[in-house]
Amino acid sequence: MAYSDKVIDHYENPRNVGSFDKADPMVGTGMVGAPACGDVMKLQIKVDEAGVITDARFKTYGCGSAIASSSLVTEWVKGKSLDEAMSIRNTAIAEELALPPVKIHCSILAEDAIKAAVEDYRKKHDAESSPAQPQAPAAETVQRAA
Amino acid sequence: MQHLPIYLDYSATTPVDPRVVDKMIPFLREQFGNPASRSHAYGWAAEEAVEEARGHVAALVGCDAKEIVWTSGATESINLAVKGAATFYKEKGKHLVTVVTEHKATLDTMRELERQGFEVTYLPVKPDGLIDMSRLEAALRPDTTVVSIMYVNNEIGVIQDIPAIGELCRSRGIVFHVDAAQATGKVDIDLSKLKVDLMSFSAHKTYGPKGVGALFVRRKPRIRLEAQMHGGGHERGFRSGTLPTHQLVGMGEAFRLAKAEMATENERIRMLRDRLLRGLMQIEEVYVNGDMDHRVPHNLNVSFNFVEGESLIMAVKELAVSSGSACTSASLEPSYVLRALGRSDELAHSSIRFSVGRFTTEAEVDFAVDLLQRKVGKLRELSPLWEMHKEGVDLNSVQWAAH
Repeated sequence: MAYSDKVIDHYENPRNVGSFDKADPMVGTGMVGAPACGDVMKLQIKVDEAGVITDARFKTYGCGSAIASSSLVTEWVKGKSLDEAMSIRNTAIAEELALPPVKIHCSILAEDAIKAAVEDYRKKHDAESSPAQPQAPAAETVQRAA
Repeated sequence: MQHLPIYLDYSATTPVDPRVVDKMIPFLREQFGNPASRSHAYGWAAEEAVEEARGHVAALVGCDAKEIVWTSGATESINLAVKGAATFYKEKGKHLVTVVTEHKATLDTMRELERQGFEVTYLPVKPDGLIDMSRLEAALRPDTTVVSIMYVNNEIGVIQDIPAIGELCRSRGIVFHVDAAQATGKVDIDLSKLKVDLMSFSAHKTYGPKGVGALFVRRKPRIRLEAQMHGGGHERGFRSGTLPTHQLVGMGEAFRLAKAEMATENERIRMLRDRLLRGLMQIEEVYVNGDMDHRVPHNLNVSFNFVEGESLIMAVKELAVSSGSACTSASLEPSYVLRALGRSDELAHSSIRFSVGRFTTEAEVDFAVDLLQRKVGKLRELSPLWEMHKEGVDLNSVQWAAH
């Protein structure tokens, strides 16, 4: 299958690969997908006091389009507020990367990963009133909306 | 150095051997006659060439030339064999048996026969890809008329015990068809000893041209088929249609070369395959799919755990290989063959089929090993599953939300 130049660029030079400490209160972690389906994305965001995403990291198991979609969203979420990040739609990701129809699910997964990361961050902060409770390891909580 | 991308997909198709091309060309130029033309020298020359080619095909597999019917390829041969025998013998029974890891040419033919009112049993395979003989025996019924099993699996290269299955079918009076598309030139086939009634062949898996194949139809004991293609009564009525002389000459020459060279060639190919295997096994978490002892020498199917097959293929674009994962299709289903072995979803999605052949060199294998070692490492750095594995998380304990 032929990939677009942007997919190949993100695939060959993935941006922001890596991991933050899941336990860091300033970090939100989202992991979506399933090995059975051939793709799993982990997206992490670092959020400052003002509620702005200052940094992001990803790791993805999946095809080239899945890797490119997650690499792209790490760039897009930086500098955005949580609400702005939540408004990123899969259609914009698919359009930017010129994904063919069979790869649209990769962009949906990337959108879900952002939502899962933001929700994880918000859950940590909603729970701030009872800091004695240890956080469940986020990496083992896999969410998927669709 | 090498011609890029390096071709390691000989199970998909093989290049036409240059010696085969040379044999074919005259039949596209001056020797263009119709082999069915009985009234002039153009026809006689074409007919002579077709019959010589038929003899070469028969010689490779140990049968009589009269038992070879030309077709357009293994898919057509399988259709003719399975549909032809099932419908001819339908008064005797309407139960057919095949195996879940068969090629789609067989599985889809069986599905069509189910639609026409036949009943089909799809046998499972053991984790090594081989058939459990006792399960096959248990599946046979008084109304079973046809058993169809492939000699060599196209994805994992395992060789089924065709001699034993043949004995069993013959003892029950059941027609036995074997899809040998992946077997010619790799496995010694002797139809004078095998209790096989029908066998399908392809030219392009054995250095011949695409678009041509053959079906062996046993004469003693005689097997009857209902023709699927009607017309001028060519091929004794089994398969009408003007014979493509140049294609048949190509298949004949390819099979003649296979017979002459397979013993030495297979040893060289096995050495290359084993060199590839040794190199890949230096990488952590690499698993071979399918039995290694009952396997053709040119095939290697391995899973690189925690790396998705399609992204790996993209990473090794200097290699022409094929993925067991069908992520390119909308279904996102991993290989049904690997699933049938009981492989986990991760391993099934992480598989690559390497198939080496006549023109593969040691330098190409070494290049492939080096590239894979680097790229698998790179993709694992990107893989959250690898990270979890390294942290000691059991992936089976994770509640994944299927999508």
